[in-house]
Amino acid sequence: MHLHKYEKIWLTFGFAALIIFLSVVGVSAFHQGHTPAGGLQKVDPDNLESTPPFDNPGVHEKKDGSYEVAVVAEAFGYTPGKIQVPAGEKVTFKVTSKDVTHSFSIVDTNVNMMVVPGQVNEKTHVFRDPGKYLIVCNEYCGSGHHFMSMEIEVVDQ
Amino acid sequence: MTAVSIPNPERKLALTNLGIAYTAFIVGTLCGLLQVFIRNDALQLPAWLDYYQILTAHGVLLALIFTTFFIFGFFQSGMSRTLGAFGPKVVFWNWVGLIITATGTVMATVMIVSGEASVLYTFYAPMMANGFFYVGLALFVVGTWVQSFALAGHYLVWRKENKGEKSPLFAYMTVATIILWIIACLGVVAAVLFQFIPWAFGWKESINVELSRSLFWYFGHPLVYFWLLPAYIGWYVIVPKIIGGKVFSDSLARLSFILFILFSIPVGFHHQLTEPGIASFWKFLQTILTFMVIVPSLMTAFSMFAVFETRGRELGGKGLFGWFRKLPWKDVRFTSIFIAMLFFIPGGAGGIINASFQMNEVIHNTLWVVGHFHITVGTPVAMTFFGITFWLIPFLTKRVFTKALQRLALIQIITWSIGMVLMSTAQHVLGLFGAPRRTAYTGYQHEDALAWFEGIISNHVTMAVGGSILFLSASLLIFIVVQLAWFAPMAESATQETFPIAESDARETPGILENWKVWIGVALVLIAVAYTIPVADMIQHAPPGSGGFRTW
Repeated sequence: MHLHKYEKIWLTFGFAALIIFLSVVGVSAFHQGHTPAGGLQKVDPDNLESTPPFDNPGVHEKKDGSYEVAVVAEAFGYTPGKIQVPAGEKVTFKVTSKDVTHSFSIVDTNVNMMVVPGQVNEKTHVFRDPGKYLIVCNEYCGSGHHFMSMEIEVVDQ
Repeated sequence: MTAVSIPNPERKLALTNLGIAYTAFIVGTLCGLLQVFIRNDALQLPAWLDYYQILTAHGVLLALIFTTFFIFGFFQSGMSRTLGAFGPKVVFWNWVGLIITATGTVMATVMIVSGEASVLYTFYAPMMANGFFYVGLALFVVGTWVQSFALAGHYLVWRKENKGEKSPLFAYMTVATIILWIIACLGVVAAVLFQFIPWAFGWKESINVELSRSLFWYFGHPLVYFWLLPAYIGWYVIVPKIIGGKVFSDSLARLSFILFILFSIPVGFHHQLTEPGIASFWKFLQTILTFMVIVPSLMTAFSMFAVFETRGRELGGKGLFGWFRKLPWKDVRFTSIFIAMLFFIPGGAGGIINASFQMNEVIHNTLWVVGHFHITVGTPVAMTFFGITFWLIPFLTKRVFTKALQRLALIQIITWSIGMVLMSTAQHVLGLFGAPRRTAYTGYQHEDALAWFEGIISNHVTMAVGGSILFLSASLLIFIVVQLAWFAPMAESATQETFPIAESDARETPGILENWKVWIGVALVLIAVAYTIPVADMIQHAPPGSGGFRTW
């Protein structure tokens, strides 16, 4: 199969770009730990009231000084509806759904998690700046989807 | 002399497909217009109609119905044009397929309109629509399969009669697209038949949500290549003829289609990067496979501009860019497709961003994504289809694409471009600011959200202005289509529109490119590598399933 000289140059450039892009993404993900939200823990969506940590939704300080936030999403809101976390600390969000698929997306941050019933999604984030952050559901979940939101207040320690 | 076209049975088939396509198009774009007004709180819907019903209709009518019916109309005419008249069996099965597809469409549409299925075109479980919505979807897919097999049968007959010859490029590309479509649909058919239908009719109590999402996206990503490849047929085979040139390289054109079959399917996880239930390793593996489609995309870009430059120089273009001015800009059949290609440059770049693993978190399910598919399927694909429509309908109806209509068509293309630039730029920027997609008007009481109505570009109003221009453009297109179908003057042999097929030198093309068994085999191996373990894991380690919810 004949390849034109310019096409060879063009495709070499393409392949090189591909390898560079993938290396950057891969190193950032697996060496520096920047993987997108995820997790393999399962729960029974009908029985969250007796499944830790969702039996006690809210902010919990852990022994190592970091924070864990357990959130339950259901049409069309979150439990708890308002939380406070300190700035500059590691905050791990654990979210799951009681009914349909939702999302837990904190505007102005890279926390953007799908909330799937039966699955626990996890993401760790450090808030640098204090202030009030808006959380919206960005996965269509029904007629009240556009009202589904909550707030996080990040406070100076 | 009277005008010529393809034989009557194929004309009727193709025109029926195109008629349904454009009916869906006008209703779908009207829904789009309503949406941008609702999002600005400028329109109140009557009580029996809901934003999410309209949104579902907009997505289904434009992304599924318009595209699919158009594609089959285009394939049927092109296969008849390049391989010769259909036999009676091919005609019969094409009709059977068309009727099944249309029945499924009507069923799903009735369910959406009656508010029984406001689940959007992704129909994510455990939202549960009326069972007949899923039956409609299944019929839709089965109908397209019947049409696909009928076309493949026509191709096989041709190959038997022309042993040792390479098939015409149009037919080859059609078969490649059909193969892609059939393999891709296996995922959604499995989900609908074995998960959704038994669950929605109450034969099964619960559904494995994560599995259904993964099966959907196994289908959902190659679906976009099913839209794109027919547009690429327009770019590779038709545009060179319109400007008076030839196909740049027959073998590269065929190779790029093979690469699309291989690398468009085992990549669905890049739509699920931010969700639980799939280990990071598998998400990353599919990210790598996703990036491979950059290769055939770059090959296509090269081929296109090589054809343009070669032809421009033949026409006397001098210097580095002199050839560019020599291209037939006044010919809307060319200009439309050229603009479509330009839109695909930011469209493709945005796609790379979306698929870039952790970078996906920045834009996932924000308005950015909406902006993205409006400058991929909404313009490169749709505008290529418009460009094809301008000659395909008069070719089939034996009418004249008059000068006056050509001027209107240019206006249509330009207004579509302007509307789309405004709307999609606003959507991209708003998405970066975190504005979610798929929402009716909201007053989230927060300064970040209030800012989504304040910028110049980053404003819901800009989106609405773009959307309104787009609807005007869509109406203009429908006017042109109606004229070409029923009212334009009948053609004579001198004024007859032709079906442009560029010459493609296949003498050097390696025969292995047409050995479908090999490529289907490689595709299945890649799919098995990318999906077997994570899907087995979803089934084995499934959480208790979900019952159905009706939250609308």
